[in-house]
Amino acid sequence: MTSALQTAGLCRNFGALAVTQNVDFVLPVGARQALIGPNGAGKTTFINLLTGLLQPSAGRIRLGGEDITALAPEMRVRRGLVRTFQINTLFPALTPLEAVTLARLEQRGASRRWLGALSGQRAAIDEAYDLLERIGLGADALQETRSLPYGKQRLLEIALALACEPRVLLLDEPAAGVPARESAELFEVIARLPRDLSILFIEHDMELVFRFAERITVLVAGAVLTEGTPAEIASDPQVRQVYLGSAGHG
Amino acid sequence: MTMTATTDRTLPDPADRRAAAHAFIAGQARWRWPEAVFWLVAAASLVIFPHSLVLAAQVLIAGLFALSLDLILGLGGIVSLGHAAFFGLGAYTAGLLAAHGWNEPLTGLVAAGLVAGLVGFATSFIVVRLKGIALLMVTMGVALLLHEVAQKAHAITGGDDGLQGISMAPILGLFSFDLYGRTAFIYTLAVVFACFLVARRLYNSPFGLALKGMRENGRRVPAIGGSIRRHSALIYTIAAVMAGIAGGLLAQTTEFVSVEVLGFQRSAEVLIMLVLGGAGLLYGGFVGAAVFLVARQILSGIDQTYWFFWLGLMLVLVVLFARNGLLGGAKALLARWRRA
Repeated sequence: MTSALQTAGLCRNFGALAVTQNVDFVLPVGARQALIGPNGAGKTTFINLLTGLLQPSAGRIRLGGEDITALAPEMRVRRGLVRTFQINTLFPALTPLEAVTLARLEQRGASRRWLGALSGQRAAIDEAYDLLERIGLGADALQETRSLPYGKQRLLEIALALACEPRVLLLDEPAAGVPARESAELFEVIARLPRDLSILFIEHDMELVFRFAERITVLVAGAVLTEGTPAEIASDPQVRQVYLGSAGHG
Repeated sequence: MTMTATTDRTLPDPADRRAAAHAFIAGQARWRWPEAVFWLVAAASLVIFPHSLVLAAQVLIAGLFALSLDLILGLGGIVSLGHAAFFGLGAYTAGLLAAHGWNEPLTGLVAAGLVAGLVGFATSFIVVRLKGIALLMVTMGVALLLHEVAQKAHAITGGDDGLQGISMAPILGLFSFDLYGRTAFIYTLAVVFACFLVARRLYNSPFGLALKGMRENGRRVPAIGGSIRRHSALIYTIAAVMAGIAGGLLAQTTEFVSVEVLGFQRSAEVLIMLVLGGAGLLYGGFVGAAVFLVARQILSGIDQTYWFFWLGLMLVLVVLFARNGLLGGAKALLARWRRA
């Protein structure tokens, strides 16, 4: 099993509080893996550590064999480690076309060209448009982002991440705040993504987790409690007691 | 001017949509008729206000200086209280060159831009690491530092007495500077328009989009692979070059440089001009500079001591009632009128 992303002894302390405790984690290539745990388990902190928004107090992070622990967030993105945010982190006054074109320009190393016209970047605009069309936002490509319905904004979160040509995609509650029917549609979009893309997603809706995840990691109080297939996790008495028993399907 | 409108642009057919996508991006950069009116009015000053050409040139120079601040504040989101550092460096570079015999105007301006740009590039490494109060203090500190150096180096700069002995050669060897300020005005207009074209191209370039992204949501930019620091350093350097050219223009057209070009008041005034006109709109600096300088001319004529009172009142009213300055307010009114 080749790992796409791996951590060894990853720790993060906020003062005396240990929010991530000695996490050894492996995300295999092509994984569809869920990260679950009760509120405050440190799931988003873990994603923030992986993507470089937070620096670990100890431990290493490797992306496809390369140690990326000290890399700046944007350098991790350029190497294919890309995330979405739990709370929409978009460009409100830009259109989806402009936002995704910008992501494409960053990937192409063309975002600092200041004497050429943007309209001359036809390939980047085409790629952005194709991606939006593929993800179901083609008809909304020219609307201001802030005027889009919430569900479409969540889709744009994913489109922006995909525009960065990820090898590893970290989805932080992609369906947060989206009505049940739409969140299933959103996960259908995620399920259709190329198989060589490795995906780790945080999700609270257990129905979605058990439907879309092939493996599940359970995080409790910043440490990995257990990991396994959905069937193994569902029958694990520890998980039932600590997580499912207390938090239910919320 | 190139702001995104909120109109419904849903298109049913994918083939139309792709064409519309390209047309949309190209349309952002299209010239609008108010822009043509603006530059025609500026050029027409030559015949409309033949006795106020000195003031008109000052407005254009201040407008260019405010445009350079707009690049870092309106587009890049970097607040500076010391932008006069680059204006002053440009003024002293052009002034000192001319005072020591290099009085060819165009190469003098290039030198003014280069020196200001070099210092902008050098200080950008500190500036891009700062935010909020620290950023304000450091930008202000750099300008104060240069101001004190200029004052102390009396033998070179003339200190408080100002730099004397500047005499410019004819532009391109053909057009001499005249007493009425005609040549100075045309020269200023040409240089300012050329700089504006560069700024406008930047605004509608890939880098312009990156800066708008940074302004909209700096948190997302690294998450799509963009480096805020590198983007900020580049725009800061470009803005410094432009501010340097504005300073150089002032030195050449007035044939005088005083230490005031590096002063805190100049940094504060250019910020007021931009806020008054509207940041991030390309033309806000010019509108603000025109209103500020014309108001100063009129109000200081009425009351030489207390004219700042009226300016303060105007600033408060604009900030309270016109979202994003006079130009932003006018655009909002126009949009409301179109919807009605």
